[in-house]
Amino acid sequence: MGILEVKDVGKRFGGLQALGDVNLSVAENSCHAIIGPNGAGKSTLLNVLVGKLTPDTGSVMFDGQSVLGLSAHKINQMGISRVFQTPEIFGALSVLENMMIPCFAKRDGSFRMHAIENMMREKDIVDWADRILADVNMADKRHMHAASMSRGDKRRLEIAMCLAQEPRLLLLDEPTAGMARADTNNTIDLLKQIKSERDITIVIIEHDMHVVFSLAERITVLAQGSPLVEDTPENIKGHPKVREAYLGEAAA
Amino acid sequence: MLGLNRKDFLLFLVVTFLALFAPILLNPFPVGSAMAQFNAGYPDLMQRFVIFGIFAIGFNILFGLTGYLSFGHAAFLGVGSYSVVWMYKLLDYNILPGLFLAIVVSAVFALLIGFISLRRSGIYFSILTLAFAQMSFSLAYSVLTPITNGETGLQVYTSDPQILMSGFSPSSPHLFGLVMNDSSYLKFGGWEFTFNNGYYLCAVVLMVAFYLSIRIFRSPFGLMLRAVKSNQTRLNYTGLNPRPYTLAAFVISGMYAGLAGGLMAAMDPLAGAERMQWTASGEVVLMTILGGAGTLIGPILGAGFIKYFENIFSKINDSILHSWFAFLPDGLEDAVVFIIHPFIGKGWHLTLGILFVLVVVFLPGGLVEGGQRIARLFRRKPADKTDNDTSAKTDPAE
Repeated sequence: MGILEVKDVGKRFGGLQALGDVNLSVAENSCHAIIGPNGAGKSTLLNVLVGKLTPDTGSVMFDGQSVLGLSAHKINQMGISRVFQTPEIFGALSVLENMMIPCFAKRDGSFRMHAIENMMREKDIVDWADRILADVNMADKRHMHAASMSRGDKRRLEIAMCLAQEPRLLLLDEPTAGMARADTNNTIDLLKQIKSERDITIVIIEHDMHVVFSLAERITVLAQGSPLVEDTPENIKGHPKVREAYLGEAAA
Repeated sequence: MLGLNRKDFLLFLVVTFLALFAPILLNPFPVGSAMAQFNAGYPDLMQRFVIFGIFAIGFNILFGLTGYLSFGHAAFLGVGSYSVVWMYKLLDYNILPGLFLAIVVSAVFALLIGFISLRRSGIYFSILTLAFAQMSFSLAYSVLTPITNGETGLQVYTSDPQILMSGFSPSSPHLFGLVMNDSSYLKFGGWEFTFNNGYYLCAVVLMVAFYLSIRIFRSPFGLMLRAVKSNQTRLNYTGLNPRPYTLAAFVISGMYAGLAGGLMAAMDPLAGAERMQWTASGEVVLMTILGGAGTLIGPILGAGFIKYFENIFSKINDSILHSWFAFLPDGLEDAVVFIIHPFIGKGWHLTLGILFVLVVVFLPGGLVEGGQRIARLFRRKPADKTDNDTSAKTDPAE
């Protein structure tokens, strides 16, 4: 029984069957990649997992509990964090303030009225935020305005914010989309480091095969809304069905 | 000090100093001099400076921090005024029970309006708040006449119960016998300064209100409010629920508005429905943006600026202009007065409008940003090098 169990999930947008009978089981502390050509339903599946979309059929269980119909912040409080295709950070705030918010969320839950305390005197929160910043090599950017950083640093910050919450499942939606090669490699290194240092399950959606084959332990190939194959990276590489889905029948 | 960092404490001291010495600072010209009409140090106007300052500070907690633009805050102002006058009618002229009731009632009112309005954001939120405020205005003006006394406005009549009233109690608003209308005067050479009890009460309330707003700005709660403004998606996916945070900010700013409305009735025991009209809601928006939304001191500056214009600039008339430009040859004098004429007296709105446009276009951070730019200009001369770290540090709300 995996930490994340997706059973017979189907989702239809008007005439388009975006997802049909998706079954997926992600083992705890593994790194599972979901790949597939454009329009295969990868992003739809991810949106189902974080509560942004409710599927028409099927069930999604995280650690034995259903996540369907829950709002995004509740799903997050269960231990699922998400990294977006374009980094979603608090651009108007400093890097340290960005980091403190997930720390408060972890400590105080989804709402707490602490309107009189001075936030910089919450020593445990500031230390916690600084520790994670040091972990991802961003300690020197502590006072920077988050919006003024490079794409790679914004991504790094976003991942760090997710880590601060100590999630059990980290969902990454094309984490290296639109990045220069150097930034991509830095992100891969960061994710490898996270995997080796923490007990965390990672589900990654990615186009870039370099990223997928450097990180994933299992790969699910999605085509036209349903899983085509699920296997280890070595077996996926040479799989005829995968070549067909990606390159068309002629190439296969 | 007082739980504030050095910079905030200094800002608090500056506001305290300005509030306490306003009767002197705002009366720089001797009585009877040509410039005496620019003196703003008379009680009625100073009270308005401070009361609208409180109103704008509260509004800024909602608009400056969360970015939710309410167009209906005047409703809470009106509710505050009515509450105070009702306490005069039922108990006696002591303002304390009234102010307390004003805060409580406006909080309940804000909770109700906020709960519904905050289901939407952006322009829809603004329209919802505007609709609620206009509904309140119309109700106060007509249907609720038994409570609000309709168009006449609510006031105290001799037939009112006033159960705590005894032969010794003052027959105008007071705080445990300290009558709000009373003033002491200080004559000094050609100058005359008025120290009014009511003004000083308002000034003390302003200091408390400003202090609380600094604490809120620097608190984890304030951080969450700024996060709401910056990126709600990330906030949701960080396990935080934006709705109770914005609702709490809405209620707090509604309470500030109720307190301001209550103080208006504490200075002058009347309450009218026009206080709830949408122009009053718009005014506080202008004050906050003009001064600098999201900054600590901006709303106070904006409130002072607009009220000064409204009361002083509007008093300049053609004959005053003629006396100023008397040194010019006759034809030229008339021409200059003709050109300036539309911008003064009743035309003060035009001047204010132009200033507002200039500020929004060239100083999006309001008067505070103007001040910061000037300060930076002066700082650059002695040491060019410090520029880098100051520009990084001055950004976050101050």
